[in-house]
Amino acid sequence: MAARIHGGAATALSTFNPKKLVAPSRTNLPAAARSSKRCIVAGGGSDASKKSLSVRHSQKLIANAAVATKAETSATTGTGHELLLFEALQEGLEEEMDRDPHVCVMGEDVGHYGGSYKVTKGLADKFGDLRVLDTPICENAFTGMGIGAAMTGLRPVIEGMNMGFLLLAFNQISNNCGMLHYTSGGQFTIPVVIRGPGGVGRQLGAEHSQRLESYFQSIPGIQMVACSTPYNAKGLMKAAIRSENPVILFEHVLLYNLKEKIPDEEYICNLEEAEMVRPGEHITILTYSRMRYHVMQAAKTLVNKGYDPEVIDIRSLKPFDLYTIGNSVKKTHRVLIVEECMRTGGIGASLTAAINENFHDYLDAPVMCLSSQDVPTPYAGTLEEWTVVQPAQIVTAVEQLCQ
Amino acid sequence: MAQHLKSSSKSILLNILRHNIGFSSPSHASRHLRHNLPHGPLSTRLAPNLITRYCNTMVDTLSSIGSHEDTNSQVMDFPGGKLAFTPEIHFISESNEERVPCYRVLDDNGQQLTNSRFIPVSKEIAVKMYSDMVTLQMMDNIFYEAQRQGRLSFYATAFGEEAINIASAAALSPDDVIFPQYREPGVLLWRGFTLQEFANQCFGNKSDYGKGRQMPVHYGSNKLNYFTVSATIATQLPNAVGAAYSLKMDEKDACAVTFFGDGGSSEGDFHAALNFAAVMEAPVLFICRNNGWAISTPTSDQFRSDGVVVKGRAYGIRSIRVDGNDALAMYSAVHEAREMAIREHRPILIEALTYRVGHHSTSDDSTRYRSADEIEWWNKARNPLSRFRTWVESNGWWSDEAESDLRSKIKKEMLEAIRVAEKTEKPNLNHMFSDVYDVPPLNLREQELLVRQAIKSHPQDYPSDVPL
Repeated sequence: MAARIHGGAATALSTFNPKKLVAPSRTNLPAAARSSKRCIVAGGGSDASKKSLSVRHSQKLIANAAVATKAETSATTGTGHELLLFEALQEGLEEEMDRDPHVCVMGEDVGHYGGSYKVTKGLADKFGDLRVLDTPICENAFTGMGIGAAMTGLRPVIEGMNMGFLLLAFNQISNNCGMLHYTSGGQFTIPVVIRGPGGVGRQLGAEHSQRLESYFQSIPGIQMVACSTPYNAKGLMKAAIRSENPVILFEHVLLYNLKEKIPDEEYICNLEEAEMVRPGEHITILTYSRMRYHVMQAAKTLVNKGYDPEVIDIRSLKPFDLYTIGNSVKKTHRVLIVEECMRTGGIGASLTAAINENFHDYLDAPVMCLSSQDVPTPYAGTLEEWTVVQPAQIVTAVEQLCQ
Repeated sequence: MAQHLKSSSKSILLNILRHNIGFSSPSHASRHLRHNLPHGPLSTRLAPNLITRYCNTMVDTLSSIGSHEDTNSQVMDFPGGKLAFTPEIHFISESNEERVPCYRVLDDNGQQLTNSRFIPVSKEIAVKMYSDMVTLQMMDNIFYEAQRQGRLSFYATAFGEEAINIASAAALSPDDVIFPQYREPGVLLWRGFTLQEFANQCFGNKSDYGKGRQMPVHYGSNKLNYFTVSATIATQLPNAVGAAYSLKMDEKDACAVTFFGDGGSSEGDFHAALNFAAVMEAPVLFICRNNGWAISTPTSDQFRSDGVVVKGRAYGIRSIRVDGNDALAMYSAVHEAREMAIREHRPILIEALTYRVGHHSTSDDSTRYRSADEIEWWNKARNPLSRFRTWVESNGWWSDEAESDLRSKIKKEMLEAIRVAEKTEKPNLNHMFSDVYDVPPLNLREQELLVRQAIKSHPQDYPSDVPL
């Protein structure tokens, strides 16, 4: 899982000596391309095949626009193709399944039905119904099955129809998925990808509006990433499948129909890297998944009011990309975290702690975290809207912090 | 067929109301008749193969349906397939009158039953089986004593279950992947795990393949296709189904085999795994060691079914009940089951009846919930080793001399293994942080530095036998 790539390294920040931040060897890239929308492979192992992969992919480095708001695309200057986020996920998955016959998919209704959000559409027809497997309804069982298959050489992509259902798979995810590589002394690897839609949707009810990243973040041995654009959705899906570690890929129910132009060439996003959405000077706003869009909407208002927010989509929920975040904090000295998790025990809570611990000296104001309230998501549309952080609240918070 | 089924003739009549209180609904088999009207006009035109359609109360036309005169040969058509009617209210009994019989080859004294059918076992295999059973028993004894003496932190014995352990392993091939619970070290032993390797894991030294991270008896060896023991009960069952699925995809001549106890059969994962295996048509053997006890819970408090074997049918799985203390019966049952699983791509459930002679583990004193006499009886009178030994000796393949030679050899080997394992260095501190991921990430590297920092300032609090 080493982020030892071409300038994408999230170097360690020693907790003993925060002042001695080591500048990365990002010399190869021009400043304009410092966006983390690079095409980089997280190739960390000493495995020869991984090395050649890094070399091959580093030759496909594409410099992208440094700034992207919701409307802009992240495509290269050349041709690209436009598609929706769920199609990007499907494209990534299909490419990986073409590339490696060990990649398979399992979950409820993923086969001929194509997945409840159409992410696996067409795959069963192409690869057969053994490789794209419809399972009976038991999340713990098919997650366990995926883990067993992974230990015997396959690379399953396990779909939870909704992230909330994966609560039933917690036992397998925590005790087997996260632990077996460790407790077996490294003898067995579990290269699974567990993915599914989560987050607050449009009146899906409390049980189907959960933010599982809060609950899973403590499990040792797993990695968590959240996609937010078609570009990073495809890139993260591919990277997650290629990773030797178990990766949980969080998608959002409301983001599946986002449209964007993505490169025709093959690319991968770094699993451990955060994405610079909009560089700025006054304040660092950290966010991920759907809240990125609320933040960018608020950013428009803020820019009109004369503020210059730096917006970072943290993307990697476990571990945090403290390198990118740290550099930003050192620049702006103010941090606002905008998340969809509940206030208690969410990603924001952990991120606040991490920033306070590591960058305390660089802060001019306390870290502020905007989260959902600690309530089950109400069904009523108006109430549901108010459990989720809205752009207006973000604007107010920034104004408060920047006083 | 659709052509002569115009709207007026869409309903086909069924002899339902005359004989039945039930009522059928549109068939899933004949989708083209989906827009059937419940009270549509009578039909006199019958499509030849359609049997069940929406009913109409006109009795006269019923005779034209042909063979559906006799009540009991009527058929209902629901999702899931066709089935017969019954006019009786009949509840399937919660249990059969007789319990499922148990397959055995040797009687209690080790004499081959006259009409027993079993897979013949060569001298070589039989002697190895018996020797390994003795080795397992002695290994358990010595490790248990070592724990009692404070040299080991923990241990769990497999006393009484030696036949299950060894005979099942003997019937499998080295390519079959094993997903154990924690009372099956005999399978590893059969495959070649040495006493030294067992000792290394128990003492958690640097030669342990698990790098000292787990408690004793949590063995694992990818080389021998024995997946590392995960302490959680029954979680290995879905894992085994996944492995079987993987083997099926690769079209290997191998199956997945998983072990669990009577207690494990209560876990949700058991039921889900069996269901999945049946639906996926996965080549997996589910071997239940029904030893009567789940720590202090007897099987009468664990389930109310006739043991575990009857549960297979509920999931559509072929099952067998075996005398788990009969090495030959276990061998044959597992051998046959394996053939079926691989050849026919199906799961098989084997319930091996046995008795847990030892305590649940060294943290348990089972005399607190069962009588010492009962334990003693099973240990002496129903011992799987003596039964099998009688049979092996009756073939002229074993003797008292061989026995004592074996026992003294093992004792010597065990004591040496423990001595070496105890002296061997523990794994390095960096192994606390490695293998969490494929490569240690930054936060773990930081945390390791913190630990080392703390050790430097308080060296006296750090164990001296863990190298830094």
